Amino acid sequence: MKTEDLKNNKEYKYGFTTDVENIRSPKGLSEETIKFISNIKKEPKWMLEWRLKAFNRLKVLKEPDWQKPKYPKIDYQDLYYYSAPKSASEKPKSLEEIDPKILETYKKLGIPLDEQKRLNGIAVDAVFDSVSVATTFKDELTKKGIIFCSISEAIQKHPDLVKKYLGSVIPLTDHYFATLNSAVFTDGSFVYIPPYTKCPMELSTYFRINASETGQFERTLIIADKGSYVSYLEGCTAPMRDENQLHAANVELVALDDAEIKYSTVQNWYPGDEKGIGGIYNFVTKRGACRGKNSKISWTQVETGSAITWKYPSCILQGDNSIGEFYSIAITNNFQKADTGTKMIHLGKNTKSKIISKGISAGNADNMYRGLVEIKNKAINSRNYTQCDSLLMGNKCGAHTIPYIKNNNATSTIEHEATTTKINEEQLYYCNQRGLDQEEAVSLIVNGFCKEVLQQLPMEFAVEAQKLVAISLEGSVG
Amino acid sequence: MLNIKNLEATIDNKHILKGLNLNIKPGEVHAIMGPNGSGKSTLANVLSGKSGYETKGDIKYNGEILSELSTEERAQKGIFLAFQYPLEIPGVNTNIFLKTSLNSVRKANGEKELDTLTFLKLIKEKASELGIDEKFLSRQLNVGFSGGEKKKNEILQMKLLQPKLAILDETDSGLDIDALRIVADGVNSYKNKENAFLIITHYQRLLDYIKPDFVHVLSDGKIIKTGNADLGVQLEKTGYLNIV
Ligand SMILES: Nc1ncnc2c1ncn2[C@@H]1O[C@H](COP(=O)(O)OP(=O)(O)O)[C@@H](O)[C@H]1O
Ligand SMILES: [Mg+2]
Repeated sequence: MKTEDLKNNKEYKYGFTTDVENIRSPKGLSEETIKFISNIKKEPKWMLEWRLKAFNRLKVLKEPDWQKPKYPKIDYQDLYYYSAPKSASEKPKSLEEIDPKILETYKKLGIPLDEQKRLNGIAVDAVFDSVSVATTFKDELTKKGIIFCSISEAIQKHPDLVKKYLGSVIPLTDHYFATLNSAVFTDGSFVYIPPYTKCPMELSTYFRINASETGQFERTLIIADKGSYVSYLEGCTAPMRDENQLHAANVELVALDDAEIKYSTVQNWYPGDEKGIGGIYNFVTKRGACRGKNSKISWTQVETGSAITWKYPSCILQGDNSIGEFYSIAITNNFQKADTGTKMIHLGKNTKSKIISKGISAGNADNMYRGLVEIKNKAINSRNYTQCDSLLMGNKCGAHTIPYIKNNNATSTIEHEATTTKINEEQLYYCNQRGLDQEEAVSLIVNGFCKEVLQQLPMEFAVEAQKLVAISLEGSVG
Repeated sequence: MLNIKNLEATIDNKHILKGLNLNIKPGEVHAIMGPNGSGKSTLANVLSGKSGYETKGDIKYNGEILSELSTEERAQKGIFLAFQYPLEIPGVNTNIFLKTSLNSVRKANGEKELDTLTFLKLIKEKASELGIDEKFLSRQLNVGFSGGEKKKNEILQMKLLQPKLAILDETDSGLDIDALRIVADGVNSYKNKENAFLIITHYQRLLDYIKPDFVHVLSDGKIIKTGNADLGVQLEKTGYLNIV
């Protein structure tokens, strides 16, 4: 990438706010708030009951505190749980009905929603604070029987699917943030791929936090029926604010027999400034169930944003011969902190999992890989391969690796490799001697370090992700 | 092109170069010979702008004060160093590295950057001149390359970047006779009236193929003797001891 481009990008370029009139729920976490959300979304009674059950459960749960990054206590009564542009309170039926300011926002973010300029071959669901404002390419997908819509719409139009699968991977009672999400989730995407169907395009959701003092609690549910395939990508940005905002999402994936789901994330929430003020708390629960035989779920994440990232996209390998994969790049700069990794739970026979984690730490940042590989006693002939590489830039940052390994049967194998390296002065000198400036050299070396993960991303996003990697590390060497 | 006056260099409290003088004009080939540890690589590093050295003395390169230029500016202005130990960069495709490098240099010189297709055509041509298999170009930069392959890759980069002053630091070490000939042919085919070479070597055998205009003997951080090509032949017979 060119140096000028890099210079122009020095500041977080998604840090603007859009001035729209909002509808908000009452402040604080209460039954009243939950009823408000359910009501404004015109949810059926079973959904409200489900939410209230989660809320009751929440009362006895405690916030987990075992993670490495500590954060000031969150006052849950001082947050708004629902905020939506007034214009979108009824989901716009067509693009003409969307507030032009919102269309303009997505255009600025590089996600044009209007028909002519839509991203080629990528269907987008755009979520603005608590509501989905637009979903593109719907007609084309509907013809194939594919459902791609907001979760709010799915609750109304496809209640049987939602009832069957919602909470089937992340139970209501799971843990504090997941249960909080179940009580107050506002919007997110829903995908259903019918049997023996290959989804003809990338599906993606673009999450945008705009309003202040608001948490974003999105919920995504993806179901790949027998023999189907889907590749899904989520992207995220938020304005620059000196307050910390909470983002606590739940993502559930279900792959039935012979189905495959590829889920990619490019997470670029506002990371806070160089002194560590502001930024998003990204506390997310992502879990996939390989429920059918020969099914496969592959997580790829590029985590460059957020003040704190705390997430472990996981696979439950129930079906025999099922495969779980986790490819991760986590970059932390300045005062950012990440505690991320995966869980691979092997239940079925001949199940396989692969974990490739690349942690890059610069400035005063702290980067932790934490992962669990558990092979249960019935999961005979199962295998895991884990590789965790850390790259340090400078002397003030940290990298840590904690692999938890539980192997309960003798026919299975778990392999773990880990390396920690410092960015190599000699390599930089070699690049400089060939005419590359410092930023280009760092970008080249770091992208080389991350290559195995970047390769997993859909082509259209790999280039973006490479640039993002370079920008996130700007100014961290020399 | 290059004028070095009373160059001294120190790193980590080790005083290595102790008053070195050298003048190089366009079209000339200079050889520097000398025992291990005499400061040959240090000279190459100081010229190419490696950080960490404290230096004294003056170096002018085409009229500019060299110390005022960054490492990449020196490279962009035509100083090339073929490394004694080329670096491995895992995950970085050789072609991408070469293209990024060439385009950085072109851009700095106000030339148009090459698109991928034009670049690939060019690099294929240069690689085949050096007998480098195309497959190498899609491998990770220098990773798992043999010593000889790494050295050939350095010469390929030299031919690609077309430097004005090429410094070859023991490019001949570790090469078998065929590779040596290919490297020498590479240098000879690039040599012209406009560019100059500074060839650091231990052995006369490279100088059998690339005829130097001057041979300098470096010992303990100073050039203690300068002669023509015959000096190299003489050194080969008598060793450094008789001179030092
Ligand atoms: N970073 C360094 N710190 C201390 N001593 C060094 C350093 N680099 C080189 N030297 C020493 O300086 C001397 C000259 O090194 P070098 O220029 O590599 O020699 P040559 O290339 O002629 O074999 C050697 O004795 C070497 O050990
Ligand atoms: Mg040397």
